[in-house]
Amino acid sequence: MNDPARPERDRPWVFRTYSGHSSAEASNTLYRSNLAKGQTGLSVAFDLPTQTGYDSDHPLARGEVGKVGVPIGHIDDMEVLFREIPLDQMNTSMTINATAAWLLALYVATAERQGVTADQLRGTTQNDLIKEYLSRGTYVFPPEPSMRLISDMVAHSVTAIPKWNPVNICSYHLQEAGATPVQEIAYAMANAIAVLDAVKARDDVSDEVLPEVFARISFFLNAGIRFVEEICKGRAMTELWDELGRDRYGVTDPKQRRFRYGVQVNSLGLTEAQPENNVIRIVLEALGVTFSKKARCRALQLPAWNEALGLPRPWDQQWSLRIQQILAYETDLLEYPDLLDGSHVVEAKVEELKKAAQEELERVLAMGGAVAAVENAYMKQRLVESHTARLRAIESGELPIVGVNTYTETEPSPLVGDDDSSILKVDAAAEREQIERLNAFRAKRNDADVKAALQGLHDALSNGENVMPPSVRAAHAGVTGGEWADTLRELFGEYRAPTGVVARESQVADEATQQVRKRVRALGEKLGRPLKILVGKPGLDGHSNGAEQIAVKARDVGMEVVYDGIRLTPAEIVQSARDEGVHVIGLSILSGSHLVLVLDVLAGLKNEGIDVPVIVGGIIPEEDAESLREAGIQRVYTPKDFNLTRIMDEVVDVVEASAGVG
Amino acid sequence: MSSRRARALADLGERLLARERAAVAPALNLVDDRRPEARKEAAALLAALEEKTLLGGARRIGLTGAPGAGKSTLLGALVQRFRSRDQTVGVIAVDPSSQRTGGALLGDRMRVRSGSADPGVFIRSLAARDQLGGLAEAARASVTIVAAAFDVVLVETVGVGQSEGEVADLVDTLVYVAQPGAGDLLQFMKAGILELPDVVAVNKADLGPMAERTANELMAGAGMGERTTEWVPPVVLVSAQEGTGLDELEAALESHLESLGPNGLQERRRRGRDAGVRVSLERRYGSHGLAAWGGHAKLEARLAEAQDHSGFALAEALGQEIESALRGGGSDL
Repeated sequence: MNDPARPERDRPWVFRTYSGHSSAEASNTLYRSNLAKGQTGLSVAFDLPTQTGYDSDHPLARGEVGKVGVPIGHIDDMEVLFREIPLDQMNTSMTINATAAWLLALYVATAERQGVTADQLRGTTQNDLIKEYLSRGTYVFPPEPSMRLISDMVAHSVTAIPKWNPVNICSYHLQEAGATPVQEIAYAMANAIAVLDAVKARDDVSDEVLPEVFARISFFLNAGIRFVEEICKGRAMTELWDELGRDRYGVTDPKQRRFRYGVQVNSLGLTEAQPENNVIRIVLEALGVTFSKKARCRALQLPAWNEALGLPRPWDQQWSLRIQQILAYETDLLEYPDLLDGSHVVEAKVEELKKAAQEELERVLAMGGAVAAVENAYMKQRLVESHTARLRAIESGELPIVGVNTYTETEPSPLVGDDDSSILKVDAAAEREQIERLNAFRAKRNDADVKAALQGLHDALSNGENVMPPSVRAAHAGVTGGEWADTLRELFGEYRAPTGVVARESQVADEATQQVRKRVRALGEKLGRPLKILVGKPGLDGHSNGAEQIAVKARDVGMEVVYDGIRLTPAEIVQSARDEGVHVIGLSILSGSHLVLVLDVLAGLKNEGIDVPVIVGGIIPEEDAESLREAGIQRVYTPKDFNLTRIMDEVVDVVEASAGVG
Repeated sequence: MSSRRARALADLGERLLARERAAVAPALNLVDDRRPEARKEAAALLAALEEKTLLGGARRIGLTGAPGAGKSTLLGALVQRFRSRDQTVGVIAVDPSSQRTGGALLGDRMRVRSGSADPGVFIRSLAARDQLGGLAEAARASVTIVAAAFDVVLVETVGVGQSEGEVADLVDTLVYVAQPGAGDLLQFMKAGILELPDVVAVNKADLGPMAERTANELMAGAGMGERTTEWVPPVVLVSAQEGTGLDELEAALESHLESLGPNGLQERRRRGRDAGVRVSLERRYGSHGLAAWGGHAKLEARLAEAQDHSGFALAEALGQEIESALRGGGSDL
């Protein structure tokens, strides 16, 4: 790389790939092979039970173990995950939120067992609960104790793990939930302010340390296909963050005011139709966050071309890593100072974004800040509205997406076979094996140590002490993630965030929507009461954007919609379907656990003698879709079914057929 | 109605009175059904049930307040409290916001959940349909069904204008959930919320001084509303999130029930029943139709004569009289 004929180059950003699946063992193999291919950091994806604080054998974990990430239940799992990966040389990003303190404690304890001290550790815990309430849905505790846990981790890290970024403020998931660039900027800033204010208010954080705290706050952004605007967004956030540090928190050293961020480029815009086109989208989006030196990301992870089809294989992830390497090592991008300084066009766009974002930020601060704007559902409602507008624009063709709503003619793709061989399948035995390992671990640990460690954790938290030291002790003692989280659940309670799905209907309805409305009304008259649908999200998956948009559209075509939000058990869905007297059930599942959860719902309905048709939506490979239809599911929808009006029309067909009133 | 159908219907009524949970949803579906045949069956079922439960049956509590006041969280906390004492709870969640398309977004009514499907809790959501007064009628029918099969009925609704009054007629005790800083006393008075509620809960007591100020304002105004009884609505500070003030809220609910006494409670149920009959007849025949038959004076006399009978049965019987008056036979004009 050090060709003397080539000019001085900037050091590239950290290359990561968001990965992890099945087991600690399998994920460790994957990580080591990724590092051998030139990846320079790790990004750990945890499975949903780990993210929401349930052991693998908890009833809510059923079907979810090892699906969207690696199951890490205790210190043995963590040690296996990083076997032969020296943690003093690694830069590790952990996508973990409600249970962030626990996973960081396991990481610290694992490092200690490797002979590495905490002050050598580099990386980040995502630890952003506000965006979990708004979009990602893996929250557990109410906002107030959640903010306390975050500020505990910040206060602890700033001295004990000084190279660690304890919080990664995520605007990423806001964009996935439909945020406009202005909303993305404003809500990320409001969120950061909520964290900083909480830390500032602590007795154990002195004013002298506050600038260092400010410097430890990093961000996690999304990069969409409108890459010029995305470049301007990065520059606007860089400037706003600098101003915020100076004006609100009195940070005098400009280095401490640097806007540091990692990126995962947009998955929302990746298409199931003609999926090879996604590679081009990913390249352009990667360019958007690396092009302007002033606002260049510190770490980048790229999705794989086939994510809308299912889980990517190692080869798919390698292809995305190669994009980063070509951009950093082959092109001349890193040889120049900022390429956009002095551009009037960019400057004007940055100003426009800053101004609008500042106005929206003021609105949120005026209602009491980000926490208040979560509880009163303000931010969530704005996001649902933006997302609704986006989907309408796709449906109408106003927002062109090549291969989806325009230029849909295609040759058969040699990359995608008919047999789902182009995606990764998680071994069905993974869950059972993980539970076996958990039981073996429980059997060999010292129960008295575990009991004492949990009591210590409980007492420390009740006395207002920092969560980190007793959690590290608990990790060493052999406590499991479920036990740790149960201790906190008992103290803090659990929370359900507002769904943000509001009762305001769209003002304009196109011809197709009006046609469906007429059918819905006519069917209601035949049925004797209005068509009523239950939109359910079973399992631990919190990605509720799809379910919310289905609920909004169903309301817009005149249906009565029951939507109770995320994380419902199949038994709760069955009960709700009967109690509410619905005519049809729509289930949304994106975590890959569709087979188990859907079949559980069907079995529950049958058991209770409830004869209601069920439709399913999610990232569902065709092979699974076929099994679901065979099991009695009336329709299966995947990301390629972007036309919500048509889906509603088919819901009417399904109810007509089942009620025999066609 | 065929005799087989009539038997099935009588059977449904028996199952409800025997508190069979599986009978509740089909009964609610029936009373929601607009088809003429179903209407007749529903009226028969409701009349039979109400004859048994008008003056007894479940404890009925209403929960109303502005959007965002924290009703969902409070509802969840109350349900858990009743459940912890092994009382079963039926919730009727009423959404009065009407839509041009008839569509409605329901659910999300209980912020706190147990995580398991508890057979001792039942939730049915009701949307506003197009017709005036229709929701009150549908809610009354639903409450009657649920009251037969559960220990406690909670009726939850967003407070918009007249809906508080409609809920007050359905329950023994109406709780108004106020939001701290939502307004000063004058605004509360203008909104008319000092007259109807029997208990006022100021939610989110963790907001401290602001919540206390709101509570003080409400307490100062609580005696000022126009009331028919001596009862002065207590103002309770609660935080459903933190679990504080719930003992006090329950105590307030209890003492309101005590203050009513057995006679007061019966009186209240009869008043509610009367309101239901009035709404039902006015909606179906209009004030002209009623006048053609003999007007409100006659209606009040008839209500007084049959004071312990089902309002649903009465509305059916009076409806037939009014129809024949309108056809010209037996008019008092």
